Amino acid sequence: MGIRIALAGNPNCGKTTLFNALTGSNQFVGNWPGVTVEYKEGKYKGDKEVTIVDLPGIYSLSPYTLEEVVSRNYLIDERPEAIINVIDGTNLERNLYLTTQVVELGIPVVIAINMMDVVEKNGDKINTKKLSEEIGVPVIEISALKNRGLKEIVDVAVKAANEAKPQSPKHRFDGSVEHALAHIEELCLHSIDDENVQRWYSIKLFERDEKIQEKLGLSADVINHIENDIASCEKELDDDAESIITGERYNYIGTIIDGCVKKASKGMTTSDKIDRIVTNRWLALPIFAIVMFIVYYVSVTTVGTWATDWANDGVFGDGWHLFAIGSADYNDAADEYAEKALIVDGYDIYVEENGSEPTGDFEYPVEDEETAAVEYETASLEDYAEAKAYIDSTEEPDPADYGVWVPGIPPIIESGLDAIGCNDVVKGLILDGIVAGVGAVLGFVPQILVLFIFLAFLEACGYMARVAFIMDRIFRKFGLSGKSFIPMLIGTGCGIPGIMASRTIENDRDRKMTIMTTTFIPCGAKLPFIAMVAGAIFGGASWVAPSAYFLGIFAIITSGIMLKKTKMFAGDPAPFVMELPAYHWPTLGNVLRSMWERGWSFIKKAGTIILLSTIVVWFTTFFGFTADGFRMLEEEEIGMSILANIGKALAWIFIPLGFGDWEATVASITGLVAKENIVGTLAIIYGATGDVYETMRAAFTNASGFAFLAFNLLCAPCFAAMGAIKREMNNTRWFWRAIGYQCGYAWVIGLIVYQCGKCFTGEGFSVGTIFGIAGICVLLYGLFRKDKYNN
Amino acid sequence: MTLRDVKVGETAKVKKIDGEGAVKRRIMDMGITKGVEVFVRKIAPLGDPVEITVRGYELSVRKADAEMIIVEE
Repeated sequence: MGIRIALAGNPNCGKTTLFNALTGSNQFVGNWPGVTVEYKEGKYKGDKEVTIVDLPGIYSLSPYTLEEVVSRNYLIDERPEAIINVIDGTNLERNLYLTTQVVELGIPVVIAINMMDVVEKNGDKINTKKLSEEIGVPVIEISALKNRGLKEIVDVAVKAANEAKPQSPKHRFDGSVEHALAHIEELCLHSIDDENVQRWYSIKLFERDEKIQEKLGLSADVINHIENDIASCEKELDDDAESIITGERYNYIGTIIDGCVKKASKGMTTSDKIDRIVTNRWLALPIFAIVMFIVYYVSVTTVGTWATDWANDGVFGDGWHLFAIGSADYNDAADEYAEKALIVDGYDIYVEENGSEPTGDFEYPVEDEETAAVEYETASLEDYAEAKAYIDSTEEPDPADYGVWVPGIPPIIESGLDAIGCNDVVKGLILDGIVAGVGAVLGFVPQILVLFIFLAFLEACGYMARVAFIMDRIFRKFGLSGKSFIPMLIGTGCGIPGIMASRTIENDRDRKMTIMTTTFIPCGAKLPFIAMVAGAIFGGASWVAPSAYFLGIFAIITSGIMLKKTKMFAGDPAPFVMELPAYHWPTLGNVLRSMWERGWSFIKKAGTIILLSTIVVWFTTFFGFTADGFRMLEEEEIGMSILANIGKALAWIFIPLGFGDWEATVASITGLVAKENIVGTLAIIYGATGDVYETMRAAFTNASGFAFLAFNLLCAPCFAAMGAIKREMNNTRWFWRAIGYQCGYAWVIGLIVYQCGKCFTGEGFSVGTIFGIAGICVLLYGLFRKDKYNN
Repeated sequence: MTLRDVKVGETAKVKKIDGEGAVKRRIMDMGITKGVEVFVRKIAPLGDPVEITVRGYELSVRKADAEMIIVEE
């Protein structure tokens, strides 16, 4: 049988670097069942029989944080053959605190003192031989970063595992505590064979660990008995049980350190100097703003968007120019051609509409591709003559004639399918369903990767903890972490990497709350839709776009306040006692690995849901019952599609919001594939009967138009983002809670906007207004009700 | 007197940790136990939390939680 070695240690002790160095590329990364905590295991490079399990970084084996519970459950229940306790050599005192608990589990432990290179550089001396004698387990000096002592530590751990003779902890508590522990063992733990394990349980029971009481299934009678022992001990030592145990552990460590460690007296370390500037009272915020700007600028505005555009419009679009050579020339040529073609077409339209040729200047329509807005421009007859001559003499520019043109995947597949004479249904399924779905999954990966290079760097170098330190005051007011700032900021570009960025938040509740609220911020794909509503319904009013952002921020704040009072977020308040680790330069390998793991987990975990839902929406959009039976439809026939029927069936939901017709409902559904699709769908539906913007203006009032906007900004995000939510929640129930909450919240806001807006836009008070006010009351109740789960 | 009242740049000795449950345990797990010396390094730019040095490393504690840490006058 193989050997399992668990890596246990504090956060920031270099455990991940060690894990990567020991296992190389031979890793499995996932989640612990049902929780958002990451699980990692890998095969040891030197011996495939040895499996290394990387436990979450923890400070203690207390029952209070998810990471600690997950780790100790693994250690108690799965009982790995050995534990490598990784310790940061520059911070022995706090790191040894976990050691004092780990050695009590009855599993062979070996200690790896990591970062020895830094310790030596600082001029500190650690007497490892003495340390080993004091604690009673082997101690090996290593440096995961410099590949030092790695083989040795595993060899020692494997030897300990094979001998299977666990150390007996050398540390003894105060006499009265030991007395109580002996009593507890005698009372309820004699059925456990292993003496060491008995001791571990007795200490936990002494600490009144409810999870252990439950696990052992102790009767109330026994618990009462134990309580007496604890109480008398507490009285004698004049402190509570948990304080006694932690205090004594630290005192014990103090005596060990005094005997084994010689610190070179030193001034300020480099890390101290950096921190003095970076979190300086006056400089912290400007530096923070600059760092955030760089992250945003690169991962959203420039590189990230280029990468995503390349993936979406190039690889999963028509194609792209290799190294962008020829792109600019082609674009110029294509623009010129398109401009001339519009004039020629405009001339033909004029002839068609008026029955005669224009005698002077004439107007022609120009449509904005993104927002479907139509503007009219004027051309003279000379312009027409010139344009006509150009069009007649020139062929439409072909991108393949410029630079090195690499065709995208859809055209390649399309020509392949055409060549084998594939029928339209299968072709549609493959191109618009499967390829588009795969494109939706992979299209976001480049941007996620770019963002995660930054996040991995910020985390590894220690700045991320400072982000929380700086922003905590603002965000904790509405139940979020200071680290929620980054997901929200990235969310303005794209919600998917935004949701993924929540991974950096340690606290489970803060993380879930952030995942649920990040997509309220309008992402880039919602901008064309916002512009369309502003242009079509509000005559291009400039306040519409900013109002969308205010609405998003409002939604995050109110949701944070309301959600933290709900039962699902109830529980012990999250302690914000956070280590500010020393700054250090991360290794390229670790940053890249972290980036790749997260990108890959998005593909794997989010891919299925995105792909399936894209196919379903494609099918319902392009199939329907027509006069000549059930068949595939043309794009313009969307009114007959299954989707339109679903829209008709569901439209009543939106009657109170003022847009209870199938057109708006269908647009909202297609928006789930990608939010910019709302524009395309509305353009098809409203464009069928005339000018898109005019028809749309007729279909909405100001109040219903803004309600429509508000609903679509706040409701469930696109499928890709939903996939990300599912991946990050790692729990089906929490996934549906998030989606359900978002839709419900969006509906209530839509109701308030429409019903109250109606009242102020000339329609006066009506029965509906009462419902609008009721909506406001629901919101106010949620905001101001007493928080009965937290004090 | 609690840790909240200790000024930036001053050191105080911990007497007792008030409160109970997760927050208290976390504070103690991080090394703030009876008798340890705590140095208040700085206050965050927005006025909260505070950064302290304890047992040779840096820790960030909210002012509300710092009130649970009773120190010697």
